[in-house]
Amino acid sequence: MSTIQTREPAAESSKPAVKADLPQLGWRGGLRYLWTQLTSMRTALVLLFALALAAIPGSLVPQRRISPVRVTDFIDEHPTLGPIYDKLGLFHVYTSPWFAAIYLLLFVSLVGCIIPRIGVYAKALRARPPKTPRNLGRLPAYAAVEIADSDHGVLDRAAAALRRRHYRVDVHNDSVAAERGYLREAGNLVFHISLLFVLTGVAIGALFGYRGTSVVIVGQGFSNNLTQYDDFAAGAGFTDADLVPFTVALKNFDVKFETGPVQRGAARLFRADVEVTEADGAPRQEILEVNKPLNIDGTTVHLIGHGYAPKVTVKDAQGNVAFSGPVVMLPQDGNFSSIGAIKAPDARPERLAFEAFFFPTATLDDQGPRSIFPDALNPALFANVWYGPPKVESGKPENVYSLDTTGLRQLKEADGQPVRIGLKVGDGVNLPDGKGSIQLDGWVRWVKLQIGDTPGVPISLIALGFAVTGLCISLFVRPRRVWIRVRDGKASRSVVEVGGLDRADARAGLTEDVAELAAELSRRPEDVSAR
Amino acid sequence: MSYEYYSSLALVSSVVVYALAMFAHAAEWAAARRLGVAKPSEHELVDVAATEARSEPAHMRREPLEGRPQPGSDLITDAEIDLAASRRVEQFGRIGVALTVLGFLLSVASVVMRALAAHRAPWGNMFEFTITAMVFVVGVYLILVWRAGVRWLGLPVTLLAAVGNGLAVTVFYVAVAPLVPALHSVWFLIHIVSAAISGAAFNVGGLMSILYLIKKRAEDRGTVRGYLRRLPDSRKIDLIAYRFLAFAFPLWTFTVVAGAIWAEYAWGRYWGWDPKETWALVTWVIYACYLHARSTAGWRGTKAAVIAIIGLASFWFNFVGINLLVSGLHSYAGI
Repeated sequence: MSTIQTREPAAESSKPAVKADLPQLGWRGGLRYLWTQLTSMRTALVLLFALALAAIPGSLVPQRRISPVRVTDFIDEHPTLGPIYDKLGLFHVYTSPWFAAIYLLLFVSLVGCIIPRIGVYAKALRARPPKTPRNLGRLPAYAAVEIADSDHGVLDRAAAALRRRHYRVDVHNDSVAAERGYLREAGNLVFHISLLFVLTGVAIGALFGYRGTSVVIVGQGFSNNLTQYDDFAAGAGFTDADLVPFTVALKNFDVKFETGPVQRGAARLFRADVEVTEADGAPRQEILEVNKPLNIDGTTVHLIGHGYAPKVTVKDAQGNVAFSGPVVMLPQDGNFSSIGAIKAPDARPERLAFEAFFFPTATLDDQGPRSIFPDALNPALFANVWYGPPKVESGKPENVYSLDTTGLRQLKEADGQPVRIGLKVGDGVNLPDGKGSIQLDGWVRWVKLQIGDTPGVPISLIALGFAVTGLCISLFVRPRRVWIRVRDGKASRSVVEVGGLDRADARAGLTEDVAELAAELSRRPEDVSAR
Repeated sequence: MSYEYYSSLALVSSVVVYALAMFAHAAEWAAARRLGVAKPSEHELVDVAATEARSEPAHMRREPLEGRPQPGSDLITDAEIDLAASRRVEQFGRIGVALTVLGFLLSVASVVMRALAAHRAPWGNMFEFTITAMVFVVGVYLILVWRAGVRWLGLPVTLLAAVGNGLAVTVFYVAVAPLVPALHSVWFLIHIVSAAISGAAFNVGGLMSILYLIKKRAEDRGTVRGYLRRLPDSRKIDLIAYRFLAFAFPLWTFTVVAGAIWAEYAWGRYWGWDPKETWALVTWVIYACYLHARSTAGWRGTKAAVIAIIGLASFWFNFVGINLLVSGLHSYAGI
């Protein structure tokens, strides 16, 4: 092998004693060395361990993608640790470069391991069973029986018996060599190759897929275009044209909660009646439930959340309706204590806004108003009132769920206390100073729909099917070698020797199988000799 | 009185009976403590065997398959003491197994009545999962006792069963209730049953690995005394442990895949790095390490067994720690 020397002469002369002992690798040899190291089983082991370890922090430290609010809380609570964690990427472990580095290295190592093994396996597939060893008695399993010397067919019978047991058989002069269990390595290779396809499927899904959510109030609908999404994430290969055109109208939404003493308040039923209209078709009625997503031409629609939207009517100081309709409020706890903002920018002479709290089963005690059950048994709306001069339409998007109080003043009672409004369904109240009025007309539910398409999933799923099958084959197929030899015994008798060797660890029954073979060959010698 | 009441009653009884079985097995170990103590020659024999075992490639070794004491080896000195001790060991062992069978029947009855009380498969929360998994663990153990004579696993298995069912009835207990909508799926059955079965196999394999380490250490030091002498040799234990883990690993793979498919239906994504999902993957990776370690020079035997035990620890953390300490989508413990 010709090697290209890249070492500096100075370095060589400074440590001649050490250099003399080192094998000369050169850059090609160095690369080959690195490659051998990377694809060795030991490295694979280390990388697997690293993967397991690296996955752990993501389950213990809050993750941005799962719960951004908890990440913010964490950083607020840990002023020193928080920023360090952030720098290390501990708030987005599974998309961090170091996590990617581990699994990419692992897969490179995997490829480097598979490719040569495919070659070896291709040769092994055509290989014949190895020649009969000289001393069968040294094998892990051994049995010998005496037969009549005239029994010349014994080797043929041995070969036939082994073929019946799915061995690959070679008949030699005085012996038979057999091997089985070639599928084991095939299963192993299928498993590892399948893992590559699983990753490919995941990558395709990440590149070309999209996922978004949209809040839809009962009686309203969703149509699949970007403007209708509340949040939306897509891969680099996604284009707007990939959105399948359809609309989903939410006709009704049934919710039931546990009212018995056990698990009181736990959800028992979520069921949405929807009307789906595709670009070319007539509307069709469907039922959308948790665990039963809609599949509209490859796009899935999941029901992933719900909440309340109180219906309010706000009149301004001039008695005109400034706002009327349902306002989506975000649930804050398991009993659906919800918060939101009611905005009446068109109220004149001054615009009105309400910082609102909705409680489906309201109770008022020392802790203040709150909800004690998730269903709407005693709904009530509480609000603080803000007012201010009309705002110039800027077209800037603003958060519909929270109130930006810049340019607003809180409405106060004569004694300086902020005005607090509490309304039951049907109640209305006039604001002090003739600022206007607000009425709670009723409430409706809303659902959060998740709309998405993950194109790689079928590839991953099929690959996983192959992976599990391959895994089972590689773990349960039992490669085994058996040799049978006939040699001369005492007094016109011959001895049939059977030796067996298991090529995979943890196999049972070798001794039994070898004994059984020997017993089978010793049987019916008379029939054969009579031939 | 309801099914729920009788289910709890049967479960509490099973805890008591398992505890008694554990005491019987502890007595079995204790009764064996003098076996083989007063025989220096025995140590040498074992040492030689151990050295031989190390120097040969794994598949070339030939060793007795059963863990029963070799006849004749006990008869050099103190023969009568040993005979009496052996008889006591046998007696306590049989009592232990009989009690384990009783405890098993009680815990099966408990699971069945729980299902009748709930009008559904009894796998809706941590409590129900635990008692079902314990039925699988003890069931597998009893089949092995019957078919393969692994009574030597009695002490750790009854300990696990007593602690598992005991924790279930005291800490994890929740009253019967219907399922939340997210669990209304055929995958509820598939995912959870395969999790319970592979979990049981991981547990039995893990217990074997612990016994392997103990026995291996004694063999290496030449101090195989007392009940350890009744255990199979370490290589055999390692093999049985491997069989359990090799059975559990594909099933666990399937469990995770089934979970991913279910997650796609229920939550709209097949993988979301929920803490439970993450730890299921961590457990999977650790057992993958175990399988790789077994075929890597320098990692066989002790190191592989340690990895298997780490895998079991990760399984348990995923089950108990994640359910109780970390909030996530799998927070089904209901406690």
